[in-house]
Order: sequence, then C-alpha cells, then structure tokens
Amino acid sequence: MSVSQEFVVVGLELPTRSFPITRADLVGYAGASGDTNVIHWNERVAVSVGLPNVIAHGMFTMGLAINVVTQWAGGPDRVLDYSCRFTRPVVVPDDDIGAVIEVSATVTEVLDNSTAVISITVKSSEVTVLGKARAVVQLS
Amino acid sequence: MLTAPTARSFFWCAADPMLNETFIGRSYPAEGTYLVGREKVREFALAVRESSPICHDLAAAQAAGYADVVAPVTFPIALAMKAAEAVVMDPELGLDYTAVVHGEQRFDYTRSLVAGDEVEVGVVIENIRSAAGNDMLTVRADIATIAGDPVVSVTMLLVARGTAEATS
Repeated sequence: MSVSQEFVVVGLELPTRSFPITRADLVGYAGASGDTNVIHWNERVAVSVGLPNVIAHGMFTMGLAINVVTQWAGGPDRVLDYSCRFTRPVVVPDDDIGAVIEVSATVTEVLDNSTAVISITVKSSEVTVLGKARAVVQLS
Repeated sequence: MLTAPTARSFFWCAADPMLNETFIGRSYPAEGTYLVGREKVREFALAVRESSPICHDLAAAQAAGYADVVAPVTFPIALAMKAAEAVVMDPELGLDYTAVVHGEQRFDYTRSLVAGDEVEVGVVIENIRSAAGNDMLTVRADIATIAGDPVVSVTMLLVARGTAEATS
C-alpha cells in the first residue's frame, strides 16, 4: 500500500486535487471537530468582526489538504509529521458554489531512513491560504 | 475553543504586547482522559474527506495491523484545542481570548491514534514572543496513552492582540 522508496525522487509531483467547499461542509467540520466558532457559519457575526464573510476553519483546510499526501502515500498512518501556517482566510459565500481549495504537492527531500519530505501548496481563488505546508511521510 | 478574530488580527495591527515571558515552560496537567471513538473517527474522516479504508473500515484497519479504525492526521486537533483552553483561559496568563487566532499548526507523530485508545493531553507553554505588536504563544499538547506511551505532539501557534489596543 505504501510507496516504495525506489520510486520517489526529489521533484516528484503528487497528483493534484481540488476540494469544493460550501457552508454545509463547514457545519459538518464544526460538528466533527467540536470547533463551533461562530465565524465559520454565521455571516452576521463574521462581518461584525471585520471579515468579508464566513470563513472556513483553518484546520478544515489543513485537514483537506493532507489528503493529497495520504492518498499518494497509502494512508494517514504514513504521515509522521504535518505542519503549516494559516496565511489567509478562505471566504465561503452562502451560495451553492462556495469556495474551492486547490492542493498540489512535491517531494522536496528523500531521506536515508525511508522517509520523504513533501512540500504542499494550498490555494483558493489563486491565493495561497496555507503557508509552509509540509509533511514527512514514511516510505517502504 | 478559539473565538472570533477581528479584522485587525489578520492585518497584524500594532498593539503593546502583554504576556509575561516567565510563563514559558509552564505546564498544565491533563484533565481527565479521552477515549477515541470509532464513530467519531469515521465522522471526522468524512468531514475532511479522508477516504482511506483504514479510517472507515474495521476489517481494513485490522488487516493493516491496527486494533481499530485509524484517526485522520489532523483528528488530534479536537483534543489539543480543548486542552489548550487551560492556557487560553488561564487568568494568571491574562490572554485576551477574544482576540486569539490560530497562526500555525503542527502534528508530530510517534504512532497513529486509533479508535479505542484512551489518552491524556498534557499541555505546556513552549514559547511566548511578540511580533508586530501581537503576542505569539506557542502551546504544545502532548497526547499519550494512559499507560504513558506517547502518541502525537500537537503544537499550536496562537496569535493575540495585546490588550493595550489603541482606541482610535
């Protein structure tokens, strides 16, 4: 199931994915994670604190983005380390389209202990929303 | 839980930092235990669209060598954020929790978190610094089994405006 080290080289690009997200997905994530912060579902409150509209949980975006790595690597148990910065909020309007999170990823290091470092690029509306997103995965 | 950010917290407004650096290293003992539930793992996996069979299918998880379904990579945030409330709400630290936003996040795994695991979450303030007038608080939540075996360390950078916010 896991990726054999012999097929992994620096510069290898993982299959990209895009994740459309709507308000319903934010509510689903709020319930699953327990993060019921009002700015992730209530436009009135989001606007009152100066946001353009309801924004996605940063952790929801982070959770979606790692799928590019887990799918390639053979499962979530292959991920040893995952980190990112939350650089820009993802605004999710109240329509049937919502927002789209675009994720790409590249192998930046292959280490002797059968691990690889993956650099992940996460954008929405052409803007980077997660900075320095990086995962270390176990190869076989 | 983290509360609503203001617009200015996204734009790094200048304000006097307020947090006391002597709190670096302060630890907060685990409050109770958390039993990882199979359906909670499935619900979270569904929410973040983690489709790996080992997160959903007991037989697939067991075939991969696990006792039960495996939690998605970011699942531990739910435990870590709850535990971090001990820091955010600590009256002695005096953080203005209404002005806190999540700046950075890291998960550093020793082993996968699996349904049926009963774990404790100990929290420590790893660092406090100010940048651009904001307080930057690094909080690490160490998740370990009740037998004491480490599972995952969850590190959060929390960013707060100082309370000495300009009134203009």
